Amino acid sequence: MIPFVTVEGIAAPLLQANIDTDQITPGHTGMKVQKSGFAAGLFFNWRYLADGSANPSFVLNQPAYRGACFVVAGANFGCGSSREFAVWALRDFGIRAVLAPSFGAIFTANCYTNGLLPVTLPEPDIAAIAAAITPENPKLSVSLQDSVVVSPDARVYPFRVPALQRERLLEGLDPIDHTRKRESLIAAFQEKDAALHPWVYWR
Amino acid sequence: MSPIVRSRTLFDKIWDNHIVADLGDGAFLMHIDRHFLNEVSGAVSLKELDRRERRVRNPELTFGTVDHVLETTPGRGMTTRMPGGDDFLSEFVKRIVPHKISFFDINDPRQGIVHVIAPELGIALPGMTFISGDSHTCTVGAVGAFAFGVGSSDSEHALVTQTLVQTKPKTMRVNLNGVAMKGVYAKDVILALIGKYGAAGGTGYAVEFAGEAVRTFSMAGRLTLCNMAVEFGGRAGMVAPDDVTFSYLEGREFSPKGQAWRNALAFWRTLPSDPEAKFDLDISLECASLAPQVTWGTSPEHVIGVDEVVPDPARTMNVVSRASQERALAYGGIQPGKPLVGLEVTGAFIGSCTNSRIDDLRAAAEVLRGQKVSSSVLSICVPGSTAVKRQAEMEGLDRIFLDAGFQWRESGCSLCMSGATGGESFAANSRVIASTNRNFEDRQGPHVRSHLASPATVAASAIAGRIVDVRTFARAQ
Repeated sequence: MIPFVTVEGIAAPLLQANIDTDQITPGHTGMKVQKSGFAAGLFFNWRYLADGSANPSFVLNQPAYRGACFVVAGANFGCGSSREFAVWALRDFGIRAVLAPSFGAIFTANCYTNGLLPVTLPEPDIAAIAAAITPENPKLSVSLQDSVVVSPDARVYPFRVPALQRERLLEGLDPIDHTRKRESLIAAFQEKDAALHPWVYWR
Repeated sequence: MSPIVRSRTLFDKIWDNHIVADLGDGAFLMHIDRHFLNEVSGAVSLKELDRRERRVRNPELTFGTVDHVLETTPGRGMTTRMPGGDDFLSEFVKRIVPHKISFFDINDPRQGIVHVIAPELGIALPGMTFISGDSHTCTVGAVGAFAFGVGSSDSEHALVTQTLVQTKPKTMRVNLNGVAMKGVYAKDVILALIGKYGAAGGTGYAVEFAGEAVRTFSMAGRLTLCNMAVEFGGRAGMVAPDDVTFSYLEGREFSPKGQAWRNALAFWRTLPSDPEAKFDLDISLECASLAPQVTWGTSPEHVIGVDEVVPDPARTMNVVSRASQERALAYGGIQPGKPLVGLEVTGAFIGSCTNSRIDDLRAAAEVLRGQKVSSSVLSICVPGSTAVKRQAEMEGLDRIFLDAGFQWRESGCSLCMSGATGGESFAANSRVIASTNRNFEDRQGPHVRSHLASPATVAASAIAGRIVDVRTFARAQ
């Protein structure tokens, strides 16, 4: 997992509500039994026309937004299917953070395990940031270190990420190794719980 | 002196019972009681686990089956039309077996959609934490569990540690007041709720469904309600366990037996929210006056009653919502200001983790009995589990479906999602009335327009060849 400290780069405005993970990674775009290599499928049905050519009206295909590392989206981004492919596709494409008024819960959890930063901001802030992004000046700065977004018009928007997730993202820590350090607590929990609720453990 | 006991919600009680460690700032390490793998996310999590030479910590608390990419056509094998799908099937089977996880394979009579078989087999029980690598895992919260979907990485985390890191969600109670009239089902209730409060209405909350309507629903209806909690944005959906729950679970294969059952039962009766318990938010929906619901757009929040007309986006104040509505109308070829009733359909689908249980098939069969579906409607019924299929066949429901012109399939997720994966799909541009949960763009195939409804509405619309009000349609027969 690549640590996320402060990232500066191009932001693509994609102000639709309820962008679901079926749209982020349509299932027909080559889901494979692996955890990377999905950039080509990102927003496939929106990015490409029926003849396979790039859809010029889709924001990520527009010259000003090539190489975008942020997406600024409408409410409930990443709702729908739990497919982690959606996060992998965004990450593999080079997206480091998504800014939206709200996110699907499972998508948010998947972001944190893969180093993609979900930035939740109130709807008016998202609208203001999107309005400030222009083809001439599409660059944002997102600092997890300082927990702020700096929009192209130099306005500063503070956001919050839970402490544990923040620490893991800043350091790029593997969550499983982190939890395994607590094995004795897990064993103690199960021993106590099995006495209280034995049917949970088939005893 | 008796201790002062804080009034707690059902969710609070389950949460408190599963805390392994407080990690600070609202994050907790939570014990996971049951973990169910499917061949898509499960193949990825097991492959990664094997690659890192990690072991499954509690295989006895872990289960697996095949449901997602598996075909549902009679005579199916372990191959699929989904490009790359065969790898998911073969990797999953190859990797799950050596880990000694209980696995219900394609030939096992217990095979089926995870969210149908978990309660059916007594694997999901009241008071438990339950996860699966599928967003509709919230379904089984209907037994009074905290159940939620996870990605492959969190699934691997739970395989290795039997825990997950979670932040505690806020609690919401949805009071479903009144009793739904005949022809109006749990599906209509949950669609109406999402229509009223939006697809992000439950975001950040664990949602408890309460009220008179819930108590009148069978387990099938409650499972349907909780199934679409994720379409409401909820982290989880749940229903307090009661005698309906207990009599449903008693005697199931993995339910406790004998003294263990009696002990469990005594504990489960303490789980419902205390009368004085405070929820972070209480909302309500009147169910008695509710009409059957059908979606018109590409989000479950794009829904109206059959007695209403499609809304005009111009009336929506929020610019982003308005743009999304306009896009949905264009995708669906739908006119604002007009009813959905009368709209021609070319496909009908009864199945999915939302509505494929025996009660759902009975409701559809009641409408279909002695009727024929319109010759222009491709009509497919996919039971949610092999056990549901066998039960339906014992009751002769398969004959009713077949005689009416429905295809009668093997169990699996099927056309709820296969069209989106490049697998089996409805024809491009077809209009499908479906008992599923997602009317997303291209969900049932490239440019397929999906309209979500109850199984009875789907059956009646298949007969008419157009969307109908099942209440008046039934009377007209």
